[in-house]
Amino acid sequence: MSLDKESILEESVVSGDWVEIWNVILEPEKRAPQVPADTKKVPLEMRLRGFLVNEQAKLGEIVSISTRIGRVVEGKLVSLHPRYNHTFGEPQKVLLDIGQELRTFLKKGVVGDE
Amino acid sequence: MNKSLDQSYQAVMARKGEIMRRAIGIDYAVFEFGKLGFDYEGMMDSVAYSLEQTSRIQRATGVGNTPLLELCHLTALARQIAPQGKGARIFVKDEAANPSGSFKARRAALSVYEAKQRGYAGVIAATSGNYGAAVASQAAMRGIPCLIVQEAFDARGQGQPEIMEKSRACEAYGAEVLQLSVGPELFYVFLQLLEETGFFNASLYTPFGIAGVETLGYELVEQTRQLTGKDPDAVVITHAGGGNVTGTARGLKKACCSAQVIGASIDLKGLHMASDQDFNRKSFTTGHTGFGIPFAVWPDRSDVPRNAARPLRYLDRYVTVTQGEAFYITEALAQMEGLERGPAGNTSLAAAFSLAQEMREDQVIVVQETEYTGAGKHPQAQLTFAKENGIEVRRGDPRESIPGKSIIIPTHPAQIEVKDIGLDNIRLSYLRNVLGEIPYSSLLEKDWEYLKAETRWSQTQIEEALNVEKGELRNGCATKG
Repeated sequence: MSLDKESILEESVVSGDWVEIWNVILEPEKRAPQVPADTKKVPLEMRLRGFLVNEQAKLGEIVSISTRIGRVVEGKLVSLHPRYNHTFGEPQKVLLDIGQELRTFLKKGVVGDE
Repeated sequence: MNKSLDQSYQAVMARKGEIMRRAIGIDYAVFEFGKLGFDYEGMMDSVAYSLEQTSRIQRATGVGNTPLLELCHLTALARQIAPQGKGARIFVKDEAANPSGSFKARRAALSVYEAKQRGYAGVIAATSGNYGAAVASQAAMRGIPCLIVQEAFDARGQGQPEIMEKSRACEAYGAEVLQLSVGPELFYVFLQLLEETGFFNASLYTPFGIAGVETLGYELVEQTRQLTGKDPDAVVITHAGGGNVTGTARGLKKACCSAQVIGASIDLKGLHMASDQDFNRKSFTTGHTGFGIPFAVWPDRSDVPRNAARPLRYLDRYVTVTQGEAFYITEALAQMEGLERGPAGNTSLAAAFSLAQEMREDQVIVVQETEYTGAGKHPQAQLTFAKENGIEVRRGDPRESIPGKSIIIPTHPAQIEVKDIGLDNIRLSYLRNVLGEIPYSSLLEKDWEYLKAETRWSQTQIEEALNVEKGELRNGCATKG
């Protein structure tokens, strides 16, 4: 596969592909009166994943998607084949020592009795 | 979306009552009386199912009947620290064994069943927590579509790892997940979606959402009796919106058990729940005081007209622990008991470890839940994320921690120590909220009965508390919590 073709594939999707769209729901000036000052400075946004309805689309275009339950929603295409990015994080030294500490602490107690 | 109807924030909010009536199918007005009261028990009896029916509905989808496990090593550890003769036996109800990995499956089971029975086209729930996965899982089992609305990311587009995991779980069960940035206008979007889809509002706070938890309380009493030959002396319940406390406590009563009901929350004092900047500065997205206190002082702030979760009616004691203590006990549970479970569900375990040391060795304390763990909702993931958001993470004395600024993991198990939150102050705030501008001289006898049941105070106690506050009330300081 040529490099050109690869980059086209990365940037565009076709009907039925799994994508994510984005929309502004409320502009800052339209936000609810009770929201705190920092929240009032920013819009209320939404993100939604689903299957692309358009025949073909590129990042940044306004597209329609069909969600998992078949609702059709329009929005700006922001992610192609979106992946879950959450992880187990990095090993945390502050936690790693606890097991050994507690086992040492208990050694004369219940472990020997069982 | 119905284009013929005005979709502006104000217009949709103005249609709230009508939208909710259609989406829940409960006429709350028939239970209202007097100036402010409503027939809570009547509502629970006539709307929800009996304990037996609830249990049957739950068993049909594999919900409930979770094991009660004795935590021998944590008990031994507590006894080693406690004064001579102190250190109750600690048990935990392993609710992670439910189909969707948490006790929320119990609440979802009834709502989804009800939605299907009444012929709704699907279910919808506004939740960033385990409840989303629970509704999605139940909906998959019952074969109806499910839509979950989540508050999920901040203005930088940064998602809370714990919530990202819950989005994933909901999608894994076939639900549509609509993610929003921070803000209470989630409710506006939720109303629009209810109107558009005609789905059932599987709110956490309908009688169904609460009655579903009663089986948890009931089961744990039966299991404790079986394992120890006696009733539990105390039951510790992670407290957020109040449904866990209310449902469990009602189940205890139905099993004729008078155990002390203790609520436990993560202390997140100082963090604003609707603040975009604070959103990712918390390492627990539920089970914390940001929900626990507002919902106790003003239960009817929820997404239904009358909240069936009324924690003040049931709480005997309310305590907090810090984020660091909950992470510590989560690690201890995995390493000492071989149970790797999610940190938020272990809030009550952290509290129980401390509370057990106040109790005698022949007493029994039951922690009524665990939740599943995984990428995102795991101590290491949460601490990594906290550091990335500028939170200081270190070992030390957890009492020095400041929510949103530092997480301090204890250096010794003896440092795990609950902090009491006075329920009387919460009762007083509740009274201020519920009375609002209504002069208490105008209350009818029925209203007094209602307030007595709500606060578990006598009329004299209520009057005394209000007299102290009278000047403030007259000055219109009846602030909504």
